[in-house]
Amino acid sequence: MSTTTMTFTRTPAEEATARAMSRRRRVMDQIIRLFCIGATLVGLFFLASILFTLLVKGLPRLDLITFTREFQPTTYGDDTAPLGGLLHAILGTLVQSGMGVLIGVPIGILVGTYLSEYAKGTALGNAVRFVSDVLLSAPSVLVGLFVYQLVVLPTGGFSAIAGSIALAILVIPVVVRTTEDMLQLLPNTLREAVIGLGAPKWKMITLVAYRAALSGIVTGVLLAFARIAGETAPLLLTSFGNNVVSWNLGNAMGSLPIAIYQQANSGFPDLIAVAWTGALIVTLGVLAINITARLFLARRK
Amino acid sequence: MSMTDTTPASGFGGIQARNDAGVTAEPRISVRNLDFYYGPTLPKALKGINFDLPARQVTGMIGPSGCGKSTLLRVLNRMYSLYNGQRAEGEVLMDGRNMLDPKIDLNELRSRIGMVFQKPTPFPMTIWENIAFGIRLHEKLSKADMAVRIEWALTRAAIWNEVKDRLHTSAMGLSGGQQQRLCIARSIAVRPEVILLDEPTSALDPISTLKIEELIDELKRDFTIAIVTHNMQQAARCADQVAFFYLGELIEVAPAGQMFTAPKHQKTQEYITGRFG
Repeated sequence: MSTTTMTFTRTPAEEATARAMSRRRRVMDQIIRLFCIGATLVGLFFLASILFTLLVKGLPRLDLITFTREFQPTTYGDDTAPLGGLLHAILGTLVQSGMGVLIGVPIGILVGTYLSEYAKGTALGNAVRFVSDVLLSAPSVLVGLFVYQLVVLPTGGFSAIAGSIALAILVIPVVVRTTEDMLQLLPNTLREAVIGLGAPKWKMITLVAYRAALSGIVTGVLLAFARIAGETAPLLLTSFGNNVVSWNLGNAMGSLPIAIYQQANSGFPDLIAVAWTGALIVTLGVLAINITARLFLARRK
Repeated sequence: MSMTDTTPASGFGGIQARNDAGVTAEPRISVRNLDFYYGPTLPKALKGINFDLPARQVTGMIGPSGCGKSTLLRVLNRMYSLYNGQRAEGEVLMDGRNMLDPKIDLNELRSRIGMVFQKPTPFPMTIWENIAFGIRLHEKLSKADMAVRIEWALTRAAIWNEVKDRLHTSAMGLSGGQQQRLCIARSIAVRPEVILLDEPTSALDPISTLKIEELIDELKRDFTIAIVTHNMQQAARCADQVAFFYLGELIEVAPAGQMFTAPKHQKTQEYITGRFG
């Protein structure tokens, strides 16, 4: 801008400056765009590579035997020896993850409700939210160690109960966060409309707010389930693993991540193939849960 | 509105306006020396308000944004008590009792003073469940009585004919104007004595607005109504009495005819002629 006179029309010199600036903006725009696309392609490449490897190495043993039989030792290449499966691990993961969700979800929903509906803006509420967020990103092996001290040592042994508790601790912060976020999305006038009819606060929360936020809360639960289904470290220190199907919650129990870990480390090609199939099953399972969660979220619109 | 003429006039399913014998000029709610604070360190949002809501009349509350009219509505049904730090002083008298008394049962108070908001607030459930929700909070009705009450409320809110074939579908599928009438039906289903309307038509199209205004005219036979509005024509069309608020003070309250033809205060005149606000 000229320092002497100010007019509403541009001089030729100012026109030229404006054109140059416009050109620079366009070039910059293109560069940023290319960077973004490039970064996305790198991410997608690794993802595709992982999926491709899983499919190639996991598909050969994705058969009925894997889903119906327990662990068998290596065949040493003997075609007449029985092949092992992952039934013990699949059931163990379902049982322990299911119990982890059953224990963790009610606690998580209640804490999330407390943060959103009762403790908004209070010091205690902020502290609880902070701790929950720290727990959300805590290494899961620490949770395993914690439960090892808390449950495994006092009870004198590894157990599915201990594993479920460790998984529940991982579920809680995920559900706390999604529950609070989903309740916070509700307009305050909805709350006031319920209260305005003469409803006590607990009825407002349980009968209307939960219903309005249902699909979001369910999504959080599904994502938490997907997260713990693939956890290895906390189970290694709590439910340890088991080579046969066990329904005793007081005993060690198998799980897919641990079965993968053990058989992949065995050095025998036939067991390693089963491990790959286990990895493929976990991945497909988690993918299915994530897709279900997305469908749930899409329904709210 | 003629729809209501088709319903039983009284007694059916326990439906009867509570104050049938009231004289229209008698005050239903009296506000005395009311001060209101949004927080301990904030200035007064309402300053020394004194006025009456006449029974079974419509009181229009007008004034520029931030003048305190919505705040006053939220004092009348103690909605402000939901929020820490908000405080009212003075008296809101109903049947000789001060509604600001900490000992007042808020759920019972709110069943007597219903409220409808600027944006429609249907609950995420069926139309039937929306209406039944409020009733179940205060009464135990048999299924048959519940059906009668729901039809009555929806009819009074002039929406029965539009929803009678889809009572068990989600209320979220209704249009904005229908949702607002559903919210009015939900309020009157509880059979309150007073209905507070906070800019009930500002989010609606002109036809829905007209329907709500006709409805207000109809409802005042049985209910005492207070309506906050930014629309001067609406206040003139609906209200029997109009109160003008400015900067937290009640400047003037007068019968609607007088208010819009011969206001006593200069500020009122400036506002209703559109010179500010």
